[in-house]
Amino acid sequence: MKDQVSENIYGLSGQSMHELIHQFPLDQTKIREKIDEILQEYKYVPGGLMVILNEIQSQIGYISQPIQEYVSLVLNTPVSAIAGVVSFYSFFTTEPRGDHTVKFCMGTACYVGGTQQLIRKAEQILNIQSGETTPDNRITLEVCRCVGACSQAPVVVVDEQMYGRLRPSKIPPLIRDILRKYEDS
Amino acid sequence: MTKINGLTHLINLQEQIIEKKRDEITSEHFKGWGQEKFAPQALKEDQELDAPRGKEIRVVLRNCTLIDPESLDDYISEDGYQALAMVLENNSPEEVIEIVAKSGLRGRGGAGFPTAKKWELTRNNPGNPKYIICNADEGDPGAFMNRRVLEGDPHSVLEGMAIAAFAIGAEQGYVYCRAEYPIAVRTLIKAIQQAQDYGILGNNIFGSDFSFNIELRIGAGAFVCGEETALIASIEGKRGEPRPRPPFPAVSGLWQKPTSINNVETFANVPQIILTGPEWFASMGTEKSKGTKTFALAGDVNHTGLIEVPLGITLREIIYDVGEGVKKNKKLKAIQTGGPMGGCIPASMIDLPVDYESLTAAGSMMGSGGMIVMDEETCMVDIARFFMEFNQEESCGKCTPCRVGTYSMLQILNRICQGKGEDGDIEELERLSKVTRVHSLCGLGQGAPNPVVSTIKHFRDEYEAHIYEHRCPAKVCRALIRFEINKDNCTGCTFCAKNCPVGAITGERRKPHEIDQDICIQCGICFQTCNFNAIEILPGKAQLVGENV
Repeated sequence: MKDQVSENIYGLSGQSMHELIHQFPLDQTKIREKIDEILQEYKYVPGGLMVILNEIQSQIGYISQPIQEYVSLVLNTPVSAIAGVVSFYSFFTTEPRGDHTVKFCMGTACYVGGTQQLIRKAEQILNIQSGETTPDNRITLEVCRCVGACSQAPVVVVDEQMYGRLRPSKIPPLIRDILRKYEDS
Repeated sequence: MTKINGLTHLINLQEQIIEKKRDEITSEHFKGWGQEKFAPQALKEDQELDAPRGKEIRVVLRNCTLIDPESLDDYISEDGYQALAMVLENNSPEEVIEIVAKSGLRGRGGAGFPTAKKWELTRNNPGNPKYIICNADEGDPGAFMNRRVLEGDPHSVLEGMAIAAFAIGAEQGYVYCRAEYPIAVRTLIKAIQQAQDYGILGNNIFGSDFSFNIELRIGAGAFVCGEETALIASIEGKRGEPRPRPPFPAVSGLWQKPTSINNVETFANVPQIILTGPEWFASMGTEKSKGTKTFALAGDVNHTGLIEVPLGITLREIIYDVGEGVKKNKKLKAIQTGGPMGGCIPASMIDLPVDYESLTAAGSMMGSGGMIVMDEETCMVDIARFFMEFNQEESCGKCTPCRVGTYSMLQILNRICQGKGEDGDIEELERLSKVTRVHSLCGLGQGAPNPVVSTIKHFRDEYEAHIYEHRCPAKVCRALIRFEINKDNCTGCTFCAKNCPVGAITGERRKPHEIDQDICIQCGICFQTCNFNAIEILPGKAQLVGENV
């Protein structure tokens, strides 16, 4: 039924639905089913575009161009409008991220508390710059805005777990902990 | 789930809950009573909210840590939703606005617009339907008051919103919460669900003909969405760009309908004002700024965390009584209030009363309540640069003065911090500040020059030292300092050499080490990791081989 829904709607801009669903990642049935589910649920919510993109970002992990075009066709909104929203908000990414995200808080208290040293340490260990993902797609380093835990500055957030009062010497064990999960499995 | 049908029912329920709790306490089988039970999982180690100190009075934070935020019963046992029930049974919307007007409550988001006035304007505007929005997009670095209220006492915000909706005649409300606060989002979703189950949100609340629903919307990491017109655009599913005002949201807001946007803290105050009376609220604070204000005290102060103090308290009382003084007994240099659009108040003005007018007059602002204490080891130029970087990055780019002004100022500040400042830079910064402030579209651009203006005003000598002497008095700016090892203190433990990210430190075990200034990037890791105070920071750039300084 879901396929029917997607096949029946044709938008004015971008590629036709038929071409789109053969592109990555929409050719993955699981991913497309998830996106369809999200679209069905929030399609008629007033101002639902933000809700839809938030859901896709959190469930799929990124909003690449084919996904944007797909959303545009289903919502009957120009792709440009969707690309505009996606590029405006820093939480939306167009590229897949690593399995784990290490975020360095750049709030005032953390900045004063030495976040920059922590970042430099992590960059050195993983051999990538902040904002990049390791070649094996395991860890993404990111600098983020104040996470509101200033009394524990400096703070690093690994996925959703928060680590406070860190010093550069605590960064190697932190990263080792993340990588250990791969060794176990 | 039985729906509550009025004030009497609510009070009966409260008595039952208290009775049940008393039984639980007295029951000998009951174990783990106390803080342990009520502190939510993530906050068990409570480093944020301690017992009140000094002149603190808890109004907004009264329930935080004392009740289980995920239990509506707990909130009801603390007189929860009684204000809403009272208002629905006894008062007309106009009377509610009058009570709030009498209390003198002003917007806690920073600008300090009288709350009752905002509600009245929204109510009197002809458009229908009307909307109420709770601004929980607390993006200021260094501020976390709203997060704590949402995580610790979400129902007080929902109750305040329901009362406000009744006052302005709205049937739909939105909470716009930032995505960086996952726990707050979870708590809110649960709280809204519970309130709906009990009939506190929904149709015909408490058996009256007032209906009200709340929907939660989550941001996606854009600081500017805290600005009211940008927030509205974001809820509408668009780019979060502000638009010119007027028309104000009270006239044409969400979907072009009259909308009132209030801060989390403003809403949390409302139930208490109704329950205890506006006279009580107005008895706290100064003539123009009534009530209490929460601040997130951070930086170089002994007791960091959330505080709630009556307005009109002096900075001295906050730092030395509530905050227990500056860390390591160092000298106080400045206090930064108002977030990235606020300003730095120098230590010489420590007896300044904290209220909307005094802070603005001092070149800062109330803002949402971040308060960062800085000791003598903070470089004010670097701080101005840090905030300008934030403002430049978060500028949405819609209007030219903000987009280009913040960028140009950041360029100059970067240059000064790198020791490449030129004569006339200070004057150029002042000129750019003026242009950006006067011509920008929204509060972000208008406030963006504040950190620069206030630091130039109070710490001009530091700017001059950077520009003319190529010296950072606080020894912070990396291009203007060098690290050296004090051979007398160095034990040769090799710890610094192991931690140095660029391998600039060499030396044999148990013998004094040395830093190769050619390789050193002045990251300061060695200074932080050394256990023997052997690393010294010296002013002046290292003289590199083959470089003409």
